[in-house]
Amino acid sequence: MIQVFFAEWRKLRRPTLLLGTFAAALFFNGLITAFIYLMIDSPQGNGDRGTTITREVLALASGSVNGFASIGGLLGIIALCVFAAQSAQEYTYGTLRNLLVRQPRRLVLLLGKYGAMKSFALLLTVVNAIVSIAISFYLSDRAKVDTDLWFTSAGWSAIGHTLVNVYISIIFYAIIGITLGILLRSPISAISIALVWILILENLIGAVKPVTLDWMPGTQFSVIAQGGTPDISYSHALTLGSFYVLVALLVSSFLFTKRDVAN
Amino acid sequence: MTTMASTMTPSMAIEVHGLTKQYENLAAVKSASFSVPRGTICGFVGPNGAGKTTTIRMLLGLIAPTSGTGTVLGHPITEPEKYLASVGAMIEGPAFYPALTGLENLKVLATMGGIPIERAAELIDLVGLGGRGGDKYKTYSLGMKQRLGIAAALLPNPALLILDEPTNGLDPEGIQEVRDLLKKLASEGTTVFVSSHLLSELEIISQHIVMLRKGEVVFAGAIDELLLNQKPTIIVRTVNESDLEKVAAIAKGQGHHVTIRHNEAHIEGPHDYAPILNKLAFEAGIVLAQLTPTLPNLEETFFEMTGGQS
Repeated sequence: MIQVFFAEWRKLRRPTLLLGTFAAALFFNGLITAFIYLMIDSPQGNGDRGTTITREVLALASGSVNGFASIGGLLGIIALCVFAAQSAQEYTYGTLRNLLVRQPRRLVLLLGKYGAMKSFALLLTVVNAIVSIAISFYLSDRAKVDTDLWFTSAGWSAIGHTLVNVYISIIFYAIIGITLGILLRSPISAISIALVWILILENLIGAVKPVTLDWMPGTQFSVIAQGGTPDISYSHALTLGSFYVLVALLVSSFLFTKRDVAN
Repeated sequence: MTTMASTMTPSMAIEVHGLTKQYENLAAVKSASFSVPRGTICGFVGPNGAGKTTTIRMLLGLIAPTSGTGTVLGHPITEPEKYLASVGAMIEGPAFYPALTGLENLKVLATMGGIPIERAAELIDLVGLGGRGGDKYKTYSLGMKQRLGIAAALLPNPALLILDEPTNGLDPEGIQEVRDLLKKLASEGTTVFVSSHLLSELEIISQHIVMLRKGEVVFAGAIDELLLNQKPTIIVRTVNESDLEKVAAIAKGQGHHVTIRHNEAHIEGPHDYAPILNKLAFEAGIVLAQLTPTLPNLEETFFEMTGGQS
C-alpha cells in the first residue's frame, strides 16, 4: 500500500495542483480570518451570516482558532473538489487501467489513495491553521483583542481540538468527493453535483425547513469543523457524519473493486 | 475452426477456454478458446468490435468474464495479482496524466508497481523520447504518446507483453523500430501478444495468430498453418471497371470462388489458371489491366475468414 501512497503523491505534488489548491485555501483563509478582526466593530457583523464575534469571545483560550474553525467547512469543500476530480479523472483519462495492471489488488489501490488523501488533508489543515493563527495574532493588537489566554495550556488544547475537528471535517468531505468521482466517473459531474448539493440545496431546504439541517451531510461536516454549534451538537454531527462517510466508503469500495474497468 | 489444442503444453503464456463476456444485449466475446506459446509473438486480429480489447481486458483482470476459464503465465485470470507483476500492457492506446511529464508518468507507474525508478529514464531513452521526457504529456504528438505507452508496458521487464495497436500514429521509421523491438524481446524470451490492424506487419513478425470475428475465435494457431490452408489467388483488374463483373462471371462459371474488393477481382485458383483466364477474357472482349497470381497473405486470409470488405 505504501507504493500506492507514494505513487499518488507523485500526482498530488505537481505544482499546478498543490500550489493551486493551497493558494485558494490560503486566500479564503486569510480573507475570512482577517475579516473577523478588521470588521470587529462593524454593525453588519464580522462572522458567518452577519453574526458578531465579540472581543470577549476572541479573547478566550480558543480565540486564536476562531477564524480557522470558521474556514474548516470551506477547506473541506476544496478537498472534496480536488479528490472528486482526482478519482474521476482516472476514468476519463483511462489511467485507471494502467494503475490496475501495476497494482491489481483493487482494495489496496483504493486504500493507498485514501492514505494519500489523508496526508494531503493533514498538510492542508496544518498549513492553514498556522496561517490563520498567525493572521489572528498579527491583527489582534489592531483589533484590541487580548491574547493572554491563547497560548496557555487551555489555549494549546483548543488549538489541538480545532485542528483535529477541521482535519476530520476535511477528510469526510474528501471521502465524499472520492466516492462521487468513482460513482460518476466524470470530474465535472462529481464536483457540480457536490457543490450544488452542499452550497445551494442544503441551504435552500434548510431555509424552508430548518429542522432538516440536523440531517444534512454538508452541514454535519461543517459543524464538526466548528466543534459544534448552538443548533447542532458536536457529538450529533460527528455520529451522523461518520454514518454518511461509512456509507460512502462502502459504496466506493464496492464500486471500485467489483465494477469492470472498461474506460 | 483450427485450434492449437493439439499442441498445448504447460509452457503456454496464455490459455483460455470458453471465455465469454456477455453484456445485457451483446455478447462481446463468445466462448473464446486459444493458447499463446511462451516466447513467441502472437498476433491478435479481428475487425473493429470483434472483441479483441474486451478479451485483453479479461486477461488483465480489468473485466470479469461472464463464463469460461483462463490462465496467464500459469495463473488463473481470476487472480491477476499473481501474474501481473510479470506482464506489461498497453490497452486501447496510451493513457496518461496530461499535466505530468512523460518521465513522471512512468515514475508514477514504476512507484505503483515497486519497479526501480531508474528504469523509467532508461525506457524513455529506449523508445526514443530521450529529449522530451521532461515535457508534459499533453504536448506529445500521437506517435510520442504511443512510444510512451510502449515504454510503460516495458516497465516491469515483462515475461508477457500485451500490446493493443502499438503502431497507431507511428511513422514508418517508428513502425520499423517497434517491429525490431518486439522481435528482440521475443528472441530474449518475452512472449508478445499484439493486436494490430496492420496485418502485413503482423505477418512479418508473428509466429502465431488468433483471429476473432464477432466475438468468436475463427482461427488460433501457427501463422504458417493458417496460410498453408489457404488457396492461391489471382488478382485481376480490368481497363474498364464495368468489365470486372464479367471476368468474375467467367471465373465463377468455371467453378472458381471470386470476391471483388477495391476494384479488383480475387479469384481462387492456381497460377497456371492465369493464362487460361487471360485467354477467356480476351475472347470476351475484355482488356485486362492486371493479372497477378499471388500466394495467400494474412490480409487476404483475414478478409476471407472474417468476411470483411467483400
